[in-house]
Amino acid sequence: MKLLKFLLVLVFAILIFSGALMIPSQYNNGDDRKAGSAMGAEVVNDENMVKITASMWKYDPPHIEIKKGKLVILELTSLDRLHGFYIPEFDIRADVMPNKTIRVELMPEKIGNYPFLCDIFCGDGHGEMNGVIHVVD
Amino acid sequence: MNIKRRDFLKITAFGGAVFSTGLFQRAVFAESKQDEFYFVQLSDTHWGFNNKKFNADPQGTLPKAIESINALDPQPDFVVFTGDLTHTTDDDEVRRKRLAEFQEISKQLKAKTIHYMPGEHDASIDGGKAYKEFFGDLHYTFDHKGIHFIALDNVSDPRARIGEEQLKWLEEDLKQHDKNAPIVVLTHRPLFDLAKEWGWATTDGDKAMELLMPYKNVTVFYGHIHQEHHHTTAHIQHHSAKSLIFPLPAPKSVPKKHKIAWDTDHPYRGLGVRNIEVGMPSAKFDIYNIDVLKSANTKV
Repeated sequence: MKLLKFLLVLVFAILIFSGALMIPSQYNNGDDRKAGSAMGAEVVNDENMVKITASMWKYDPPHIEIKKGKLVILELTSLDRLHGFYIPEFDIRADVMPNKTIRVELMPEKIGNYPFLCDIFCGDGHGEMNGVIHVVD
Repeated sequence: MNIKRRDFLKITAFGGAVFSTGLFQRAVFAESKQDEFYFVQLSDTHWGFNNKKFNADPQGTLPKAIESINALDPQPDFVVFTGDLTHTTDDDEVRRKRLAEFQEISKQLKAKTIHYMPGEHDASIDGGKAYKEFFGDLHYTFDHKGIHFIALDNVSDPRARIGEEQLKWLEEDLKQHDKNAPIVVLTHRPLFDLAKEWGWATTDGDKAMELLMPYKNVTVFYGHIHQEHHHTTAHIQHHSAKSLIFPLPAPKSVPKKHKIAWDTDHPYRGLGVRNIEVGMPSAKFDIYNIDVLKSANTKV
């Protein structure tokens, strides 16, 4: 019996020291959340802000180049009527209204070209109201 | 001069003809007599569009198509327009004028029954208010010789949603039918994600597909993309029709979607016809593309 207890204690000790029992892992997650919060609170400046205007029937600018892994804030407003800003690849969308500014945070992790479009029918040229986000290294 | 159905397929440059035979009914429906029939699908006529760079004959294309259909012998059991009857405008008065003109022109069809459906150009700006004044309900059903047709509205919502209310209506309608019942769904936009970045999708189309999926004999005919396209989601087939105003590029084939310019050397190119014959006993669709200038059938 004593031998059994000794073996159990030994096995437990080995697991603890080897890190197989990740009891403190919750705290690691907590750190990750903290990191996320800090990222979200990053100072908004001209470097990571892209201003986009929507109007019938274009986005200006239609081509946006941003760097991989860098937080970018897209600031959108409409010059005329309600438009929809939609990036299918990232499943990000927002209503873009006149006299209002909305912000969309974006931090793409993969290089590539990601189309965006107006997803609220807005008239004659709606079908061609689109653009591309170019994510570069 | 009358034109035999098969001849029409070889010479006409407009619209789309869908042939159906009662023989494709499943065994459970075989007891009732099913007459062979066909109907014609036209789509995206965009009445009121007037940019000759993209269509040098914007006011003549639809009347010519109607003339071709009227020459068919026998006449189709019905004609269906799958949306974008008119080109959009912000002016309510102009919208009604275009809808009225389109209605008058479509009355020139000899076919006794015409089913209309809205596209986003007809109904998105005002939620379908003006459209309903001329053509009635935005979504509806009808039955023809044993086939249940469901016209779904995925355009009057500016965000291309069918919406919970209509989805509930669809669910209730489907409940009344056997899982083997032959069902044809008519829509303007595709119900599947053909090219979301081009707006070629229905925002909640997956919910409609989920409701349709238990039904074994469903086919979807739609428009919107101004070209012939064929897709299968599990056992459900989707077939788009060409436009009668201007063609668009193949899905995602170019970086930016754009209208294809009128080809003066090849007038009406891209505005041709497609023919779908329903074979038996497997309910298989045989699809033919018609080359407008060569007047030749090409089986897909």
